[in-house]
Amino acid sequence: MIRFDEVSKTYSRKARPALERVSLEILKGEFVFLVGASGSGKSTLIRMVLREEVPTGGEVHVLGQRLKALPNRRVPFFRRNLGVVFQDFRLLHNKTVYENVAFTLQVIGKSRGFISEAVPDVLKVVGLAGKASRLPHELSGGEQQRVAIARAVVNRPPILLADEPTGNLDPSTSAGIMALLARINEGGTTVVMATHEASIVDELQKRVVELDAGVIMRDEAHGSYKRHLADPAFDEEEIA
Amino acid sequence: MRIQLISQEVWNGLRRNLSVVVSVILVTFISLSFVGAAILLQMQINQMKGFWYDRAQVGIYFCGPVDATETCTQTAATAEQVQAVRDVLESGAIAPYVSNVEFEDRELAYENFMEQFGGTASAEFASPETMNEALWVGPSSPADADLIREATSALPGVLEVRDQQALLEPIFQVLNTASLAAIGVAVLMLVAAVLLISTTIRLSAFSRKRELGIMRLVGASNRFIQTPFIIEGVVAALLGAVLAAGAVIAIVHFFLQGYVAPMLQTIAIVTLDDALVVAPVLVGIGVLFAGVAAAVAIRRYLKI
Repeated sequence: MIRFDEVSKTYSRKARPALERVSLEILKGEFVFLVGASGSGKSTLIRMVLREEVPTGGEVHVLGQRLKALPNRRVPFFRRNLGVVFQDFRLLHNKTVYENVAFTLQVIGKSRGFISEAVPDVLKVVGLAGKASRLPHELSGGEQQRVAIARAVVNRPPILLADEPTGNLDPSTSAGIMALLARINEGGTTVVMATHEASIVDELQKRVVELDAGVIMRDEAHGSYKRHLADPAFDEEEIA
Repeated sequence: MRIQLISQEVWNGLRRNLSVVVSVILVTFISLSFVGAAILLQMQINQMKGFWYDRAQVGIYFCGPVDATETCTQTAATAEQVQAVRDVLESGAIAPYVSNVEFEDRELAYENFMEQFGGTASAEFASPETMNEALWVGPSSPADADLIREATSALPGVLEVRDQQALLEPIFQVLNTASLAAIGVAVLMLVAAVLLISTTIRLSAFSRKRELGIMRLVGASNRFIQTPFIIEGVVAALLGAVLAAGAVIAIVHFFLQGYVAPMLQTIAIVTLDDALVVAPVLVGIGVLFAGVAAAVAIRRYLKI
């Protein structure tokens, strides 16, 4: 699904690379947490999957496409295979819930018939069936994020990227969002989620990839936010 | 669905930036009016050139009894000398370039002179004796006038060969300068219009930054994203161009044909037909410039 081969990214103005020789493979149907401090390279990694950025070294393959070789004009069509959710929801304030979700399908040229079926379906999935005609400011933060998720998955993309989707939400609302993401994942969608929140990562016991200063520190199949205390490497580091 | 969506985007964009859109319309209107004026002026010049040059003749004046130049010896040209000039004009080398030759004797010259200058001070001293005999030669085409002048001006008994085209030249020069000035103003205004259109589009794109970001995120194609903006610029410019075309047609119809033409009946003035040729040209220029300006302006927002 997603493969990084020795990927580096250096911004010309900064001496330190944002990512350094990162190799990573994410398979179909996986749920992967990206953890690490701010500036550790989580967002850069997600932006590379979206091809908002291109690596300065190494190769990124997504859905069988070598992104470096993808011409600019093909990028929009490539992105139709990816759903994206952000911390700040990024909804259109002057459009209703229904219109926000439908907008995605309209701009990629889906038929009116398809839209009128797909949008109510996805709103039901995210639990907003009764709120289709609300405006975003009439909704709670959690509900707004559900709209954003509905928009991201309405086109049934094989990959869903989430950049701190619970960053603006309280813990109980976050749990609801996580349950929704887990359910989407169970439907076969690969989910890659960057997060700061230890409790969420610990709860789900999914694969954890930790980044620090652009380098992968660990990659555990059923990890938690912090490294296990039993991990000898952890102790050595602490003592040193 | 998409056409409806795009037209809705265009309408929203135009409404949101109404004041800027109005200024785009006005600037386009004025600049294209100048372009139209310049084109019409050129048409007018060509029309007048055609009209006058067809009628312009070469006058071969013969020596009078008082003239003393290289070819005149203070004696009037003899009938033989006049005939010699005629023979040259009818000779095989020159004849193809001559369409007609008319002889004007002193009496006729006097009549023509009095008709033109009768009542003025110079007319009081004029008499048939002071007039020069002349041959009026019509060249086959305006370009042949020089040839006729060169062939005859050095012949004995010829005082002077005057090409009427030369007399018209200053008038055309003035008109030409005026049309160049109009083109100059038009170019400046067009530059302003293009810059204004690209600023308007940038402004419009900036106010829809959020939407554009989401469109890019969900995979809207570049063409889909830029189309509403280009249409927006084109629509604004189109309105200005249509106004300019209307103004040009109105000026030709009401002012030139309705007011000037009846006063100057000897001069052919540009007609409504000419204006109707200019109108689509203006609309075309407006649409093309606006489309290109908008497409360039929006490029920055399409970066992946």
